[in-house]
Amino acid sequence: MDSAVINSIASIIAWSAPVIFGVIGETITERAGVMNLSLNGSLILTAMVGFVVATNTGSFLLGFIIAALVGSLIALLIAVLNIELKQSQVAVGYVLAMSTQSLAYFLGASYVGKPVLALPQIEIPLLSSIPFVGPILFDQTLVTYLSYLLIIVCYIWLFKTHQGLVLQGIGERPSAAYIRGANVNRLRYIYTAIGGALVGVGGALYSLSVKTWNGQLSGLDGIGWIILAITIFGGWHPIKGALGSYLFVVLQYLGIVLQPLMPNVNSRVLQVAPFPLMILALLFVNIGNADWVDRTLAGLPESVRRTISKVLRAMRTSPPAALGIPFENE
Amino acid sequence: MTTHETNSKPNRTNWIYWLLTNRVSSLFIAVILALLFTCLVILVIKADPIKLFKVLYTGSLGSMDAITQVLQSWVPMVLASLGLMFTFTAGLWNIGMEGQIEIGAIFSYGVMRIFMFADPTSNLASVPGGWVIVLSILAGIFGGAIWALLVGLLKNFGGVNEIFGGLGFNFIAHAIMLYLVYGPWKPTGVANGSTKMLPAQYWMPQLTGSYLSLWSLGIAVVAVVIVTIVLQGTHFGLKLKAVGKNNKSSFLLGIPTNRYMLLSFILCGIFAGLTGAMQVTSFNHVLNYKISGGYGYMGLMVGMLANIQPLVTAPIAFVFVALTKGAAGLGMDMHLDSNLSGVIQGTLVLFVLVMNGVRKILTKKYKGAKWTAR
Repeated sequence: MDSAVINSIASIIAWSAPVIFGVIGETITERAGVMNLSLNGSLILTAMVGFVVATNTGSFLLGFIIAALVGSLIALLIAVLNIELKQSQVAVGYVLAMSTQSLAYFLGASYVGKPVLALPQIEIPLLSSIPFVGPILFDQTLVTYLSYLLIIVCYIWLFKTHQGLVLQGIGERPSAAYIRGANVNRLRYIYTAIGGALVGVGGALYSLSVKTWNGQLSGLDGIGWIILAITIFGGWHPIKGALGSYLFVVLQYLGIVLQPLMPNVNSRVLQVAPFPLMILALLFVNIGNADWVDRTLAGLPESVRRTISKVLRAMRTSPPAALGIPFENE
Repeated sequence: MTTHETNSKPNRTNWIYWLLTNRVSSLFIAVILALLFTCLVILVIKADPIKLFKVLYTGSLGSMDAITQVLQSWVPMVLASLGLMFTFTAGLWNIGMEGQIEIGAIFSYGVMRIFMFADPTSNLASVPGGWVIVLSILAGIFGGAIWALLVGLLKNFGGVNEIFGGLGFNFIAHAIMLYLVYGPWKPTGVANGSTKMLPAQYWMPQLTGSYLSLWSLGIAVVAVVIVTIVLQGTHFGLKLKAVGKNNKSSFLLGIPTNRYMLLSFILCGIFAGLTGAMQVTSFNHVLNYKISGGYGYMGLMVGMLANIQPLVTAPIAFVFVALTKGAAGLGMDMHLDSNLSGVIQGTLVLFVLVMNGVRKILTKKYKGAKWTAR
């Protein structure tokens, strides 16, 4: 196989890792019933923090740890304002998205142009010698390997353990979970913090491996919103969410590859390609929920209707029922 | 005796309770907390907060020139915030405002182009400038409304949350803008992200020696009055509020909620388009890719602070643009990043939300609150 092709697929895998951290983090947070809308800002702030810490201390590990802490602090702020002070998660999340982004650009301005830091790649001895798959999947950074692991661990935790069942419960029917003995609000805090920390790792991964810290020119603006959309597109399921992340990065990559074919079009125009597709994707997964679709389908002949509704049902996702609603035990 | 004692003795907890639950004092506390946080941020980068606040002041209110510049930016800021009053009242988050402003500006400039590049001997070139401006503004309004309607239709008929629909359309609008200013609409020879400047007869009349246009200022003031009357003094405003407060019950009571939600998107888009058209006709006089100026995103924060009271948007919008204008001087005077204004604005809204929450908890009035339950 052509080594150029292998290289491009390998970089798609590497670029997907921060998106996966973001999507899985948000999936966990939203499964618990808290919507962390601040992603677009917190991703940029944690990218800045990770870069600054790693530059000053020379330690990648410390950069990731502090970025994760900042990420979970931001997420916890949303949870506290929602659970304790009954403020809307959307309002708080939006304000945090805006202010953390400004904060990152303001505090990180003096670090623009500092030497690029690149997390070293680690070749896994035996696996990396498998033809084709080896150099793509097993010649990556440690954090990329962790992203593979994260998908699997999150899936098992969510669907194969008792704690995962409780996690689903506090997002779907918090009162039922409460009656079964779950401390709904404490669990919401814990999962929000974990989700936020994963977002922070994603942010640091951008500045320490996939891209670098370059202030407003880092090209991170917008990714947070896409991650929120992928979470919905993936139906709050870690594996589907991860597939969505890979798909998004492939699209982004195509935008860059196809650019030379259209020399008259500004390079930033094609980078927008994922956004209309995001709207379409959301339309597909949501349209099955609309009333008018049911009404229109009712007028169609039986066989056609059955096929269409089967397709719609297969695509349809619906959010955790208690997403965004503060829990109160009466 | 005991009653006398409790009355005369200043009860400390009561005093704090009053400070935290009074609307004015809790706002005051929020402002102080936001300023303290800002000082902290400034100290982190080892700058002098006193000097910085001085720069902010001189850049925004320190001279007549600065004040006219602030007033100039107040026009788009207040128009954008007013538009969002409609969607906020209906309980919707029109994050798509930014893109709607851009499309409004594109439509507005598009009409201008027809007249600008018309054959000098043709009828088009002899149309008086005033009429061209009116046409251009109407086109902008149309563009903004269409772009908002798309988000509304996706929400109502496709089940796509308006936050994601709106964001998607923001990015698409920005792509269209980039394509135009770097492509077909770029001036011959240069590609600097900006189109050819409008000839002076197509500019909104402005005060001599400044860019401030009394016409656009007048439009903004009239808009404040109109939106206040529509939302707070008409049956329509009341119904829209009902839709926002409780969608299901309003529907059961016979309000066509879907139609009202679409209408609020269109009204919001009208204001977005007007904002964009104002940017083209009375301020920038060109189309460039920065023309939306973040007014849509900032407008959402102004709207949150205004808490669905159109009249209140006017002073809050003024504070927001004064901060932005003042911070623009930070780069030159102190070698600091101008994004500090965003930090101050954001933390201000955040602390107002915190204080609202504290008040709610203390007065136990949070059942059925405006922003919860979504």
